[in-house]
Amino acid sequence: MAEPTPSTENEPVAVASRIPSTDLLGVYRMMVTSRVVDERCLTLQRQGRIGFYVPMQGQEAAQVACAWALSPEDWIFPAYRELGVALTRGIPLKLLLDQFIGNAGDAMKGRQMPNHYGYRAFRFVTASSPVGTQIVQAVGTAMAARRKGEPIVTVTFFGDGTTSSNDFHSGLNFAGVVQAPTIFFCQNNQWAISLPREKQTRSETLAAKGVAYGVPGVVVDGTDVHAVYAAVVQARERALAGGGPTLIEAQVYRLGPHSTSDDPRRYRSDAELNQWKAKDPIARLKSELLADGQLTEEADRDLWESTKSEVSKALAAAEAMPPVDPRTMFDDVFARLSPQLEEQRLSFEELPSPNPVRT
Amino acid sequence: MTELTLVQAVNRGLFEAMRSDPDVLVLGEDVGVNGGVFRATEGLLKEFGEERVIDTPLSETGIVGAAIGMALYGLKPVAEIQFVDFIYPAFDQIVSELAKFRYRSGGQYPCHVVIRSPYGGGIKGGLYHSQSPEAYFAHTSGLKVIVPSNPADAKGLLLTAIHDEDPVLFLEPKRIYRAVTGEVPDGDHRVPFGLASTVREGSDVSVFAYGAMVHVAAQAVDALATEGIHAELIDLRSLVPLDEKALLASVEKTGRAVIVHEAPRFCGFGAELAAIIAEKALYSLKAPVVRVTGYDTPFPYALEHLYLPNMERVAHAIRKTAQAA
Repeated sequence: MAEPTPSTENEPVAVASRIPSTDLLGVYRMMVTSRVVDERCLTLQRQGRIGFYVPMQGQEAAQVACAWALSPEDWIFPAYRELGVALTRGIPLKLLLDQFIGNAGDAMKGRQMPNHYGYRAFRFVTASSPVGTQIVQAVGTAMAARRKGEPIVTVTFFGDGTTSSNDFHSGLNFAGVVQAPTIFFCQNNQWAISLPREKQTRSETLAAKGVAYGVPGVVVDGTDVHAVYAAVVQARERALAGGGPTLIEAQVYRLGPHSTSDDPRRYRSDAELNQWKAKDPIARLKSELLADGQLTEEADRDLWESTKSEVSKALAAAEAMPPVDPRTMFDDVFARLSPQLEEQRLSFEELPSPNPVRT
Repeated sequence: MTELTLVQAVNRGLFEAMRSDPDVLVLGEDVGVNGGVFRATEGLLKEFGEERVIDTPLSETGIVGAAIGMALYGLKPVAEIQFVDFIYPAFDQIVSELAKFRYRSGGQYPCHVVIRSPYGGGIKGGLYHSQSPEAYFAHTSGLKVIVPSNPADAKGLLLTAIHDEDPVLFLEPKRIYRAVTGEVPDGDHRVPFGLASTVREGSDVSVFAYGAMVHVAAQAVDALATEGIHAELIDLRSLVPLDEKALLASVEKTGRAVIVHEAPRFCGFGAELAAIIAEKALYSLKAPVVRVTGYDTPFPYALEHLYLPNMERVAHAIRKTAQAA
């Protein structure tokens, strides 16, 4: 007889791994901040103040609760939609806004599109646009940490579409073989730009894709902070105990467009959108907080207002930053300028006026 | 000094690096128990164990991606791609990730991975065990591309690669893995990047080659010396970073240039060399620059001896170039 295959059903949530009640308001604040920043950035893009933006509305519970369950020592390998993870990790909003603008304060030195950021000090690895490449990298980092005897996990974020990519499968397979302490956190937001979940794969769940690789798969309601938190805590404990990787499928909905270049009305119905809007994760947690007396309507209004003014303040500071120094264009290709790059940099600086380097 | 083949020199280089630095590790298909299909990693598993000599699943994107993750964490992975013809599944990881990590993170995330891979024709390997894809990678900003042509350079350049700070694609000419032997310095022998080596001095024509073609070109140069044509043969060794000074100095001396590589001609690495000569040494030229290369066809199995530049083709090109008015 073959051994039974690992379950891909919802695993029962241990009561012990509910988010501590004293943390809940903090989680809610982070979700509100994510929503406020997200909405502001969509506006900034329409106003031409940032070039592009990838919104994450609808995924706040999944992102914030997942990041909340991690240790600050754990390494995060994001995709490009992980604002809630970044904020929860403690990356200052001003730094993120510097990146969205691409100014002199941008740690990426103005080289990447908005949302493609990373901060070494926060163990938040720089994102790229190709989907799935970060998955197998996260496995390599987990192998390295284990080799160095450091008790951390790596967590990699991706969407439903990415589960069709090469690197998803390579990453899960590698992780299964070496039992890497890695958490594969899939936010199934139902749409990969215009392709609906059911056209992405015939697989009944995305979590089921772990089965063939010997990687336990868990499906959670990604609008429920407790379910997400519990799944991540369990996966993390298992990984640290040498039990290997876990694939978590958090079922959410992308309330906004794929990016500011996308118009979702071309491919999905208002009815579907409204169905999910009714399950807004922020409203859901708010009800819980109102019910247990941690929040009042008035305090909630104050929270939204104060968050908006914090965002405005950070934005004003970011917009006051000078632009990126053009001469930095040639740095960081290699550890040191190659003779060829040195020559190109000199010829760039010697261009006749109007020369952006000289003015 | 020890007399070694090229593949033995690679092997000694790996031993040297792994003994001196516990952060160096090797990963790839069949690199452990089997010692690599060319035996480049022979004996490593026994000395360093499974944690540092990792037999990976069969996935090139997995090998390079995992190596990237290890490098981000401070290890020094040396990944083997069994044949460079199979590197394309890892192209995204190499081009979009490895080469760009330092730049895209504003210098926060250096990503020092060495990828070793046997390349080139001459072993009856057909389309998929013979390719020379160096131009794809030399065209990618942020990658260093190194091609040794002899055992001493193989060890010395490999050790430089492993101790470098940037990602390196290290292409090993498998045709001469065992066909070429030479004295190799013992210990931590290093050959710097960005320095070409003069294999033959001459004043009539400059010949530029790398990898296995250095030996083909050397035969041609030696044959022509008996005809009174004294060609200078330069082994580039390091395609990125390129030793432009050596390239230009030789052309300024001889006024004539022949470029030899196995890869197809169109947009091959020789095109860059010819362009640099045209931009910076045009007035020194007494004859057009000539390329002797593989043809712009996929690599033909039964006809590889005619596809690859051979001594006669190279000699013919040098002679014509030397005699051009």
